[in-house]
Amino acid sequence: MSEVLLSHEIPGGAAWSVLVRGGRELKLTATGEGANCSTLLFAAHHPVDRLNVPDTLKAQMSARIHAPMVLMSDRGTALCSVTGSSLDWHDALSGHSVDVAKYGPSSYSADRNAWRRSARDGFLSELRKHGRGPADLHACVNFFSKVAISGDGLLTFAPGHASAGDWVTLRAEMDVLVVLSTSPHPLDPQWNPGGVLAEVRPAPEPGEDDPSWTFRDESARALRAARGVLA
Amino acid sequence: MTGTITEAALDTTVADGDGFLGTIPAGGTFRIVDLHGNQAVDTLFYDAADLDNRYSAMDTVREQGSAYLTAGSRLLSVNLDVLATITEDTCGRHDTLGGACAQESNVVRYGEHTRHQHACRETFLRYGAQVGIGARQLGHNINFFMNVPLTAEGGLTFEDGLSAPGKYVEVRAERDLYVLISNCPQLNNPCNGWNPTPVRLLGWW
Repeated sequence: MSEVLLSHEIPGGAAWSVLVRGGRELKLTATGEGANCSTLLFAAHHPVDRLNVPDTLKAQMSARIHAPMVLMSDRGTALCSVTGSSLDWHDALSGHSVDVAKYGPSSYSADRNAWRRSARDGFLSELRKHGRGPADLHACVNFFSKVAISGDGLLTFAPGHASAGDWVTLRAEMDVLVVLSTSPHPLDPQWNPGGVLAEVRPAPEPGEDDPSWTFRDESARALRAARGVLA
Repeated sequence: MTGTITEAALDTTVADGDGFLGTIPAGGTFRIVDLHGNQAVDTLFYDAADLDNRYSAMDTVREQGSAYLTAGSRLLSVNLDVLATITEDTCGRHDTLGGACAQESNVVRYGEHTRHQHACRETFLRYGAQVGIGARQLGHNINFFMNVPLTAEGGLTFEDGLSAPGKYVEVRAERDLYVLISNCPQLNNPCNGWNPTPVRLLGWW
């Protein structure tokens, strides 16, 4: 296993952001039960280019995120490849939590650092550190969460989808800004957020048989476009 | 209560491949008529007082617990405000997870030869610029009259639309809104039978 360049444990109900250089791997590991990791992705070099969930899903004919799918941007480029995961379903249909009042009143004065904050609060706090704001919020991936789909399109949160130790790896296909929130999935009826360990390592150079490159023609075209961004 | 067509405050036709930007006052009723059937009318709504308070496909889907939109669906903003409510729907199902086509995503989906073809994102940006809607404000849209079935296994496909000539959808604005439309021009998928056609927009207020 290659050297860990950066390791950071995000407690449950918190937010964090990290710039990951192209060619490196970000591994997210659930450290507790009930983990959810709402995730925004941006091309680090571009003020606007960001994860586009509909384009990602329709280009790869999937309503869930799983390995070896490529996470695509508004401009048709691969931001990250999902190179591996212990789970075959990560939600991308539900957005992030905006309002956590359903869990009851909570405040800093009453709950100190355990006060309950939404993913929105955490995202905006992190985005502002990077000179970004509400206009930069976009559809996220909720790693470690599953929202089941019925035949007539009804959506149901699947409780207990992830356990401690479940993991997902993302290979950065260009320099990316990753903004993470470990607040519970917006459909989770319980406030019981698990933590997430984030680790950055060098990733092996993908070969011709790389699963993300060979998954679909569409995935390969987005990966090729990423290589053409900084000519 | 919707008035007669002759009483409409808005009555315009949007050609296939063209776009539209307009305002709908709070309480106003806005109707999109699929004149020839199987159009995909890519539509975005914005709070006219705050462009960042824009339609959110994912919040709308999650809060109503359904991937599809139809009569009764509330169209929510990123702040969970109800921007509009679908009050009438003679089609029965509309997509909001498929997003819009763009020149760049067309290249991903269909190949490099589609790079310079017309695409909705470009139409959104051209019309949205009139009121300051730029790339940062472009969220994921509604595809009125479009059918994008999901499966229990987590699959996603595009199928023939359920629409037909004359079918329409109507929304009531719950606050002052901008409506931004791209009447989908692209010719690469079967959603409109490779036959883009005009739509009619009507409004009463």
